[in-house]
Amino acid sequence: MKLIFEKSVKSRTGFSLPAPDVPRKKDIGIRYARNHGAFLPEVSELDVVRHYTNLSRMNFSVDNNFYPLGSCTMKYNPKFTEKIACMEGFSGLHPLIPQLLGGGRLSQGALEVLYNMEKLLCEITGMAAFTMQPLAGAHGELTGIMLIAAYHKNKGRRRRCVIVPDSSHGTNPASAAIAGYDVKVIKTGPDGCMDMRQFKDSLSEDMAAVMLTCPNTLGIFNPAIKEITDIAHSAGALVYYDGANLNAIMGKCRPGDLGFDLVHLNLHKTFATPHGGGGPGAGPVGVASQLVDFLPVSRVMKRPAGAFYLEYNNPKSIGYIAPFYGNFAVILKAYAYILILGREGLIKASEYAVLNANYCMCRLKQYYDVAYGKRCMHECVLSAQRQSENGVKALDIAKFLIDRGFHPPTIYFPLIVREAMMIEPTETESKETLDEFIEAMIEAAELARRDANKFHDMPVTTPVSRMDEVKAARELDLCWRPSAGARPLSPSPGKACPLQTYE
Amino acid sequence: MNYIPHTEEQTRQMLEAIGVSSIDELFDGIKPELRPKSFNIPQSLSEQEVISRLSRIAQKNIVSLKNFLGAGFYDHYIPAAVDMMAGRSEFYTAYTPYQAECSQGWLQAIYEYQSMICQLTGMDCANSSLYDGGTAIYEAAMMAIRATGRTKIIMDSGLNMIYRTMLYTYMSNLNIEFVETPVIHGQSCREEIFRYLDEKTAAVVTQNPNFFGAVDDHSDIAQKAHSVGALSIISVYPVSLGMLKTPAEMGADIATGEGQSLGMPLSFGGPYLGFIACKQALTRKMPGRIVGAGTDREGRRGFVLTLQAREQHIRRERATSNICSNEALCALRAGIYLSLLGKTGMEELARLNYDKCEYAKDCVEKIPGLKVKRSSPTFNEFTIALPRNADVVVEKMIDKGFAPGFPLGKFYKGMNNYLLVAVTEKRTKEDIEQFVQALEKVL
Repeated sequence: MKLIFEKSVKSRTGFSLPAPDVPRKKDIGIRYARNHGAFLPEVSELDVVRHYTNLSRMNFSVDNNFYPLGSCTMKYNPKFTEKIACMEGFSGLHPLIPQLLGGGRLSQGALEVLYNMEKLLCEITGMAAFTMQPLAGAHGELTGIMLIAAYHKNKGRRRRCVIVPDSSHGTNPASAAIAGYDVKVIKTGPDGCMDMRQFKDSLSEDMAAVMLTCPNTLGIFNPAIKEITDIAHSAGALVYYDGANLNAIMGKCRPGDLGFDLVHLNLHKTFATPHGGGGPGAGPVGVASQLVDFLPVSRVMKRPAGAFYLEYNNPKSIGYIAPFYGNFAVILKAYAYILILGREGLIKASEYAVLNANYCMCRLKQYYDVAYGKRCMHECVLSAQRQSENGVKALDIAKFLIDRGFHPPTIYFPLIVREAMMIEPTETESKETLDEFIEAMIEAAELARRDANKFHDMPVTTPVSRMDEVKAARELDLCWRPSAGARPLSPSPGKACPLQTYE
Repeated sequence: MNYIPHTEEQTRQMLEAIGVSSIDELFDGIKPELRPKSFNIPQSLSEQEVISRLSRIAQKNIVSLKNFLGAGFYDHYIPAAVDMMAGRSEFYTAYTPYQAECSQGWLQAIYEYQSMICQLTGMDCANSSLYDGGTAIYEAAMMAIRATGRTKIIMDSGLNMIYRTMLYTYMSNLNIEFVETPVIHGQSCREEIFRYLDEKTAAVVTQNPNFFGAVDDHSDIAQKAHSVGALSIISVYPVSLGMLKTPAEMGADIATGEGQSLGMPLSFGGPYLGFIACKQALTRKMPGRIVGAGTDREGRRGFVLTLQAREQHIRRERATSNICSNEALCALRAGIYLSLLGKTGMEELARLNYDKCEYAKDCVEKIPGLKVKRSSPTFNEFTIALPRNADVVVEKMIDKGFAPGFPLGKFYKGMNNYLLVAVTEKRTKEDIEQFVQALEKVL
């Protein structure tokens, strides 16, 4: 499809501004003016609408396709929450209003949402308090690591090391490293859980924290989880819960009760706010009581009389993680989602997420290798090891599935499973959809046995076939540019004027 | 209400296929002693009940104030087509486009967004979005530290205080030296910047227009930074780039900014959009996702996520950043917004914002005892010195139906009587005149 720049026709526009009702002022002066206008597309509103409508049709999405992308929790996004986020009382509210004198009373609704959401998340996870500020899951991890650093610093000790298992999400070690920590990686044992011996051996005075996902990225709930948190605590370390996989355990266990000190939640995963093609998400961080003092400012509090206010007086706080109170519109959608599901709905969501994943695993295990264990939580990890011996890689199976109208599972993750395919069906998918997907997976396995060559041209139903990614990375083309001489530069708005001077 | 489609019969069939007798059995790995101590969540509500409850809560927020409050976050008009197009669920219910063939729509939209940011800023390469304007400055500073191997950052205090505070938080555990230089008569103090600029400096960070709305030309700062091997990072307000000198024209190596003005509602602080763009030489140091154009097997043009080897899912603790989710949907909104406005629309929008603000300045200045700070040209935001405490004036103005601006004493010492006033294209001549009348009355 043509780029929108390639549809551009000089002097066309898709926007109308109000007629100027104030006098035109003297230009700002050549010293401050840009040399020529930005080469933005010159297109009509219909051009824009048609362009983006057609682009949208070149996408797989939850609303079009089964999207079992492991560790991403691509569940159905209820539509009514979009309506709520668009309510003028929320979407039109300037974030600085409550920071003005007398502004608190004008933003009570927004503060109430944040306050109530904090209380709900505390109850769901068993933590003492939450900050809503982190703008994505990985941003929450970074916040958590900073809280850990502040905690140790406050105790007057310097610890430089963070432990992660080799099955962890890549964001865990990256967040720890970016906050200034050394990362120590622990191997996964034959049971799919962190190797306890290596874990115990790695304990030292230098260990600031352990970062864990539970259930982990292999879909396995570690039965020794309490033992792990106890051991870490005995060494003076904190334990961080990566909440990306919380969809497996709502109402079944809580990180706080398991001994975790910090947790981040991905509201765009567990609480069904749309992923938006890669964001915005929201990654609130919950902490146990000994870490509350370090939470970012501001915090939403409630006066005995019921009014909400922002508290800035936190001398031990790590400071500002985000400019305001988090991705408010995302938090709002998640809040509405929790209200509509209620207690039983949340529990059921986890139950059926786990049911669906186990169903997929059980029906596929005779066709694909299962990485670990006979039972999984909300996601299962299969391996295309058997198929790859015939020359059919996990990537080829992914492309086969695209032609069948399914978004592929996550592939090549976790890194410790060869030819990994990580399937997370979520609770909102019906048995019919799962059966169709399973049939397609079985067909792929059979075709791999019979005729491996068939895979190599797939997918054939998409706007492009397989992309040459190596070439794209080598010969970088990251930005459209007007071809030389295609259009003359427009005169600068201020070119003819002398430099403006003030007092 | 829940969104689970299973019938009892289907659930039974599935349990049978798994070989368990109940759903509970699937959780028997979680021993009784690990079960929740409590789970007191309210009972489910209907969609109708949730909508009406939240509609009541929304009404507790005021949106009827005439808004002259900016401070980095502006009340611009959003064309309806932005909401409609970004509201297409093929966009908003997709995930990161890992599988290129079935995500060409998203990938092309991001490539176009990157191109528009490059066109606006004059830079060579942009990524597919960051969380917000503040984290964009942080990522830019980290890029400069990686690129130069140095650890000193000079920050102009004309940079939004919120962002400066964020930077301190983010870098508090790293071995980084910060120097903050003052603003003199609304502009960056060269003398102080140059005094601290040396061979240890990784970058000088400035903002244009700065927090006071003052417009400057930072070419000399960039040049001086380069002369000692440091980088120039300039944070810009994208609407101003419809008319103002670009960061590239000033010689910046990295440009960042808050993209909220490009089609994002204010939404009480988010989601917003951080943009970052850099010179060619720094491309591979750029954090986050980047979309590149390339060809498929048949030689057709297509788009892919590129340079992924820098990213956390592959490089883990050696990645250039920990970014996974970004603000792609906001980038899409910005792309649609910039397409609708186009080249001339952006020029006219900037001009209209500029003219309205200049008109407001002229009107406000007629109020006795009040002084407009005019030591620099400004773009759609300006500083006034009031004869009394700005907080009190703000409170009285709210009663008269205005969000009159941001009291600078909150962020700057000794500026308790100063108010930062923003005027966008949404404020009519009449709004401005009523604002001035109200202000005159409360003083």
